[in-house]
Amino acid sequence: MTFTRTLMLAATAVGLSAVIASAEPAVIFDLGGKFDKSFNESAFTGAQRWAEENNATFREFELQSDAQREQALRRFAEAGANPIVMAGFMFATPLGEVAADYPDTKFAIIDMVVDAPNVRSVVFNEHEGSYLVGMMAAKASNSGTVGFIGGMDIPLIRKFACGYVQGVKAVNANATVVQNMTGTTPAAWNDPVKGSELTKAQIAQGADVVYAAAGGTGVGVLQTAADENILSIGVDANQNYLHPGKVLTSMLKRVDNAVYEAFSQGENLQTGFNVMGIKEGGIGYALDEHNASLVSAEMKAAVDAAADQISSGALSVHDYMSDNSCPVE
Amino acid sequence: MQRLPNWADIILVPFISLVLAAVISALVIFGIGQDPVAAVKLMVNGALGSTYGWGYTLYYATNFMFTGLAVSVAFHARLFNIGAEGQAMLGGLGVGIAALYIPWAHWTVALLGCSLMAAVFGALWAYIPAILQAKRGSHIVITTIMFNFIAAGLLNYVLVNVMRPPASMDPATAPFPPATHLPTLHELLAPFGISFSKAAPANFTVFIALLAAVFVWLLIWRTKLGYQIRAFGESDSAAKYAGIDPVRITVITMLISGALAGMMSVNTTLGEAERLILNAPEGAGFIGIAVALMGRSHPLGVALASILFGFLYQGGAELAMWMSIPRELIIVIQALVILFTGALDNMVRMPVEALFRKLRRSGDEQ
Repeated sequence: MTFTRTLMLAATAVGLSAVIASAEPAVIFDLGGKFDKSFNESAFTGAQRWAEENNATFREFELQSDAQREQALRRFAEAGANPIVMAGFMFATPLGEVAADYPDTKFAIIDMVVDAPNVRSVVFNEHEGSYLVGMMAAKASNSGTVGFIGGMDIPLIRKFACGYVQGVKAVNANATVVQNMTGTTPAAWNDPVKGSELTKAQIAQGADVVYAAAGGTGVGVLQTAADENILSIGVDANQNYLHPGKVLTSMLKRVDNAVYEAFSQGENLQTGFNVMGIKEGGIGYALDEHNASLVSAEMKAAVDAAADQISSGALSVHDYMSDNSCPVE
Repeated sequence: MQRLPNWADIILVPFISLVLAAVISALVIFGIGQDPVAAVKLMVNGALGSTYGWGYTLYYATNFMFTGLAVSVAFHARLFNIGAEGQAMLGGLGVGIAALYIPWAHWTVALLGCSLMAAVFGALWAYIPAILQAKRGSHIVITTIMFNFIAAGLLNYVLVNVMRPPASMDPATAPFPPATHLPTLHELLAPFGISFSKAAPANFTVFIALLAAVFVWLLIWRTKLGYQIRAFGESDSAAKYAGIDPVRITVITMLISGALAGMMSVNTTLGEAERLILNAPEGAGFIGIAVALMGRSHPLGVALASILFGFLYQGGAELAMWMSIPRELIIVIQALVILFTGALDNMVRMPVEALFRKLRRSGDEQ
């Protein structure tokens, strides 16, 4: 009793409030954590780049639990942060509720569409980028068997898988693609140990290139692939540097660009539907000094040609989420 | 051995433990180059300095009160119910089924119906470990822990494969119909001219939790059953000799405990999320153990301890939001409090007891 009362007194006495500078932008990371070397870290990189270029600061929050999604949104909105960017489709339901309560605040959600006048929905054409890295996997594979390891089993990740398989089959119609998902819950985004196990299982089935679309779980995939001396493909951020010479390439999903752009537009954030594909520079594959020796000139030429065809519309990659099915296995 | 005076037992010992935890937390914060004083100010102000903060603190406290009471009731019969987490998950499933598939006319009836379903589901989940303990001697600590995992698996299956609306990526049910939405404190207090933050999730369930605390007090200290539970807890052989059926007491106690844990989900699922999400208890079932230990299994102590832990949760979230303290460190701070108040209770208690003995002896000599 006494202790609580002391606290109450202290609370009224302190009178310090967490006011932030007006219209600072904010970014909220999903459960995978800010330093997942993938999706969330890419969002952080974009925010960081904006802050350095404009010599400004931003607010950030790493979720500890699902219950904090709505809390973080409301807290930032009430404190006047604008715009508020959130990385991850799981924010859709809380944002749907919160957005209407703060009509003057602009929100940007990545990977999901929320239909509200003050929300910018950014979605990526991951199937296009996955197609490109699928082509590279098929070209780099000697065994004719390549692997795919997804994070949480959701349509979004199947979209990665489907694009990848299409790319593989475009190069080698007889290739086998071994597919595994890490789990069915958000914990699957951050389970490198399971990622490592799945990689070993796929190697046992003959896979010699493994593509991880699994957030923090991918760290385990890339590690095991490097240890077992096969090639891996990173995702979202450029992960080539993690194991130089062992990571064939990374499917770049420029979440950093999406965050950077939202922060740059600031309070006048353009709301509505925003698609980022190869054409818009939102999707691509990574080529740097860490994987230069792995990518032959022929491979690069083929992939770049496909990328050009995709941006011009001459080649269309099937989007799993358009009809929840994939034409190839 | 002489006992401590009541005030020292209930207030002094937990207070010293808290101070120790606070000092070490301050050192940790200092160690990563942040200002501990500012951190404390931020926590206190963020959790208790506004109706917004109170709304969150009370919301978390409501969860901990239910699970704390659940653990307390079982503990009076010397049964360690480590399974409040799983029972709360199943309670959430009960709430979800009731709210989605029964067309409720008004939130009051929905609240009654959903609470009943939550209690029944929670109680049934506690029934199996109870009967295994009573009839087969399977240790309740082991079985209830295991049942947490089974509950998580079951809920995962149901949410992903059965109750998830098609085309949704989130492992969660569809939102509950508006008629089932519980009024928040904002709506409840507005008619009295008290303006309470609209954003905070504290809702009508907080009163149910307080009612549950009164119920537990009446049950344990004012009924025959409560007497039997306590007698059984003190000595099962003596209780048996006095004609108390150990199987009956074990099962009934665990049913009540499970029902209380299950009712926690009324707060999280019906009151806050308004849909059933995966992992809705968020570890409250385990915090309940610390709350019950700190509250010495007395409903009043449990109520106060749950407010303290609600403060830690909400204050921790504020710390993570406004200071560059990584989220892992917030867990460290919360864990330190649990460690000192729960696990290391005797480390403080024994020196304090020795001190009191010494004082008393010197008092006698004079």
